[in-house]
Amino acid sequence: MASARDDQTRLTRRTLLKTAAVGALALGMPAIVRAQPDVIRVGHITPRTGFLGQLGEYGLNAAQMAVDETNTAGGVLGRKVELIAEDSVNPGVAVTKVQKLVERDKVLCLVGEISSASALAIAEQANRYKVVYINSGANSDELRGKNCNRFMFHVEGCNTMYTKTIGTWQKSKNLIKGAKWYMLTADYAFGHDLFRVSSRFLTENGGTVMANDMVPTNTPDYSAYILKIRQAKPDFVYINLAGADQTTFLKQYKEYGLPIPLAGGVMDTVPFWGAGIDSLSGHWQSLWYHGLTVPASQAFTKRYSGKHGKPPDNQAWGDYLAVKILLQAMAETKSTEAAKWVPYFEKGATFDILKGRKGSFRDWDHQLLQEMYVVKVKDKKDAKDKWDIFELVQTVPASGESLELIQPTKQENPCTMA
Amino acid sequence: MANGLLVGAYYIVLALGLSLIFSLGGVVNLAHGAFYALGAYLAYEIQRRLGFVGAMALSPIGVALIGVVIERLAIRRFYREDPGLALLFTFGLAMAAEQSLRLVWGATGLPFGIPEALRGQVFLGDFIYSRYRMAVLAVSAAAVTGCWLLLNKTSFGLVVRAGTRDPEMVRALGIALSPILTAIFALSVGLAGLAGVMSAPLAGVHPAMGTEILVAAFVIVVIGGLGSFWGVVWAGLIVGVVRGLTVLFYPPAAEASMYALMVLVLLVRPRGLMGERFERFE
Repeated sequence: MASARDDQTRLTRRTLLKTAAVGALALGMPAIVRAQPDVIRVGHITPRTGFLGQLGEYGLNAAQMAVDETNTAGGVLGRKVELIAEDSVNPGVAVTKVQKLVERDKVLCLVGEISSASALAIAEQANRYKVVYINSGANSDELRGKNCNRFMFHVEGCNTMYTKTIGTWQKSKNLIKGAKWYMLTADYAFGHDLFRVSSRFLTENGGTVMANDMVPTNTPDYSAYILKIRQAKPDFVYINLAGADQTTFLKQYKEYGLPIPLAGGVMDTVPFWGAGIDSLSGHWQSLWYHGLTVPASQAFTKRYSGKHGKPPDNQAWGDYLAVKILLQAMAETKSTEAAKWVPYFEKGATFDILKGRKGSFRDWDHQLLQEMYVVKVKDKKDAKDKWDIFELVQTVPASGESLELIQPTKQENPCTMA
Repeated sequence: MANGLLVGAYYIVLALGLSLIFSLGGVVNLAHGAFYALGAYLAYEIQRRLGFVGAMALSPIGVALIGVVIERLAIRRFYREDPGLALLFTFGLAMAAEQSLRLVWGATGLPFGIPEALRGQVFLGDFIYSRYRMAVLAVSAAAVTGCWLLLNKTSFGLVVRAGTRDPEMVRALGIALSPILTAIFALSVGLAGLAGVMSAPLAGVHPAMGTEILVAAFVIVVIGGLGSFWGVVWAGLIVGVVRGLTVLFYPPAAEASMYALMVLVLLVRPRGLMGERFERFE
């Protein structure tokens, strides 16, 4: 009896093993078929759903365009390039997506992200796998400071860059020294980081923060805040808000028609388009805007618009560049190894970033040194179409000045790479 | 203070619609926010052709017509059933609707400005009022009054009220209830549509707008008391004022204030401010 039972068990176990083997083979097959060693894979990971989803779509379209253009021109190192895209969703999901991209899809590098929290999670994985990751949309200073690492590079500007860009213009217009500012700040990590940076800049330059209201995210109505601002009579209103919160505020601020000038800590073009020129006012800072007159930039805008029926935004620019920069690194180092690219980037390789001046990575924090722009909301009568909302006021830093001018200093944002 | 009144106005219209179909049909309509969003999107399309006044008039009617179709096809099956079923159905409907809006109009928000004629501000002493908000207040007040008259001073209203009390007797008298309930549902979602039109120039038009506002509408209905007409109106005003005061003294709690208010009201009066006994659910 005992042996019979054993036999039965063994049989069952064998059958089980067989089934498992067949199953594993079936599951493994597509991976084997797809693993063509002559293709260079780039992993794209960014939010494509949720409140950052609309920006993510622009980014993905542009990254795909960079890959397609390279393939049309013959690929890199004689090999075709393939983009594998994933929706990062949130930091937790982003981690598993990175593991999937690196382990199963064998991507050589990673590009993307907008949320600073997810970017941090991706960066930690990139460091673990020793895969280069270019952050194309997350702003938090801490990613370049406290949380920096050798494998993460930043095409996106950090909060300090955005603050100092608009700050340079404000200083030149004498809006800071002795001025009282009223601030509104988004009540979560991003807003707090931005408030820290922008209030520091203001007080260092002789202004005072007369009040700061922490605003819950997704606030549908700002009239109470606006009436409060009116009572307080500040010289300037400065908002550390982002996305829909920012445009809702702008809309209602215009509705009440307060005469106090307004600016803010960051600016993404897409929510501004969403609000429409009627609802906008003020001077803003831009990482890249499709109205730029640089020929390479106009050509990029033309190609993107031709394909997607609308002009690219700053997120599209960021993802396009990040892919282009990686492909250039592969071509110039004649290598597919991250170990070769990192020193290439750190030694000051320059890239055509579709701006007046070329860009290069800063060696100690991996931030892309680049120009930014101060833009002003156009008069409606001057706007050619619904995307034509800004006119360029000035380039910051101006053409004679060092690109370091708007960057955080080592003291402001210390980074030690492990 | 008066600002609270202006803020609350379109919330009241929205919450009133929610309260109507709940008290008269016994349906907890989780898709109410979706009708609100639909109202805003239809307004966006109509405004481009017929201007804002056209949008204000036609969009709620459009939403109400779609409401009629949905009621005829599905909602009417739930009046006599466990309220949980209607809850599930409308929850699914809300999700499907939001994704449909995304498919048709895209995930990006649409620009929707305040109509030319209503831009600008009115100064009264030290106070400043936006003209558009005053117009919203006027339209909301008209809608609320209209509903009240309809339900309390017409024979239609008489049948509706009798029907919720004693449907058997109403049937025995030879009056068909089903078209009446269809009309109520259409009116309810039409109000949501109207609220959507009015909020579009203030808060923008985007697919998630319905989901975001639905919770606030429920809170107002609960504070006011389930099934109470004037309770909803009062609750809308109080929520607006409390929110305004919180912004003045402690802004981080601004969005939480209405929930705190709800907890407080429910602790003191479990049925809400002016809630009546609810035979169906008790």
